[in-house]
Amino acid sequence: MLSQFGIMFLFILTAFAFIGGILLFGKLLRPDRPTEEKLTTYESGEEPVGNAGVQFNPRFYVVALVFVLFDVELVLLFPWATVFGQPTLIAETGGLWGWFALTEAVVFVVILALGLAYAWAKGYLDWEKPQPQLPTVATKVPTTLYEQVNERYKRPTTP
Amino acid sequence: MLQIAFFAFIALTLIGALTVLLTRNVLYSAYALLLTLLGVAALFVFAGADFLAVSQIIIYVGGVLVLVLFGVMLTSKPTTISTSTVVASERSNAILAGSRGVWLGVLLAAGLFFGLSRLLMNAHFALFDQPISKAPTTIDTIGKQLMTEYIVPFEVISILLLVALVGAGYLAKKSIKP
Amino acid sequence: MNPSLSYSLLFVAAALFSIGLAVVITKRHAVVVLMGIELMLNAVNLNLVAFSQYDPSRLQGQVFSLFVMIVAAAEAAVALALIIQVYRHVKTVVLDELTDLKQ
Repeated sequence: MLSQFGIMFLFILTAFAFIGGILLFGKLLRPDRPTEEKLTTYESGEEPVGNAGVQFNPRFYVVALVFVLFDVELVLLFPWATVFGQPTLIAETGGLWGWFALTEAVVFVVILALGLAYAWAKGYLDWEKPQPQLPTVATKVPTTLYEQVNERYKRPTTP
Repeated sequence: MLQIAFFAFIALTLIGALTVLLTRNVLYSAYALLLTLLGVAALFVFAGADFLAVSQIIIYVGGVLVLVLFGVMLTSKPTTISTSTVVASERSNAILAGSRGVWLGVLLAAGLFFGLSRLLMNAHFALFDQPISKAPTTIDTIGKQLMTEYIVPFEVISILLLVALVGAGYLAKKSIKP
Repeated sequence: MNPSLSYSLLFVAAALFSIGLAVVITKRHAVVVLMGIELMLNAVNLNLVAFSQYDPSRLQGQVFSLFVMIVAAAEAAVALALIIQVYRHVKTVVLDELTDLKQ
């Protein structure tokens, strides 16, 4: 039957579903007369360039991937944590239960940590910074001249 | 009262699923999938599986749906300007996807549903005559089962996740030279 | 929950599975096809959980659908990585346009 937590959980789910329902009914009820001006992304008066649906950088995906797999690990460790230290089970098996469950969970976590270490070592988690492109201008003036000018007009550093 | 809530959540689930089927906008179908997953989690609660409802939220909504949204955003192509005269910034933000073989698909699905419901209406499951559980929560039993009867799948799952992490990480890496 | 409500859960699962099948067949965007597969997996989970309530000592259905969920998460991760890789090569994820092997 419904547990106490189950009833609370239904209320939480209803709250989330309600948001969707309200948006849907608003969509059904309101007048819909789109113009180009209305469809434009609001950018504080600036004329926006391009669409909001731009393509993301794929490096975000790898981070999301690592997150999901450890999310799954978390879900499996919850039921383990509830039975791991139960005194009745430990007493029934003469203390063996706790050690057995601990070993199994450690093996489980270590195998997944191996995956994290692999991803780390392979550089999947590295954040590739874009290299700044220094502009080069074909000119006869040597760069040392610019540096001299910079030196001469250098702003005194505040102490 | 509980029955009204039960059928309301059934309606939520089916409306979400139908929206995934009917809408052309990929992002709308992702959000409709979110509604369906919430509805299924609520139906899990009604079927007495509270832990499974929470893990449905954690795994599907927190994990798979995020990945799906990333997949949509990573593969969204700016719609070709030649098809319409509107400037790209003034078009509404939509990622559209068409469908094909609509009649075949709908016919097949309707036929499958008809057959399954005929089967269910004529069936009598002996299991439904058993007494239902009175336990306040299922998480204890699931934990015990994971540590005793399903210990091998529990460990194999970790290897599966390791393989998925390595494989998908390799595939999603920036540049693969064939 | 009385058995008649369990039966209605089975009907909901059948409807979800059929809708998921229709999504998989008709849609052309690869990510939406993946969403259809997730719908079908959810239908199967619902079916398993509806029966599992009458098996309180072992809960085989619930444990099995927990594993189904986890495998679905791994599958979605790999499938989306494949879709991203395909997009990088062919610049499209519309399944009808992926005809390189046919030609």
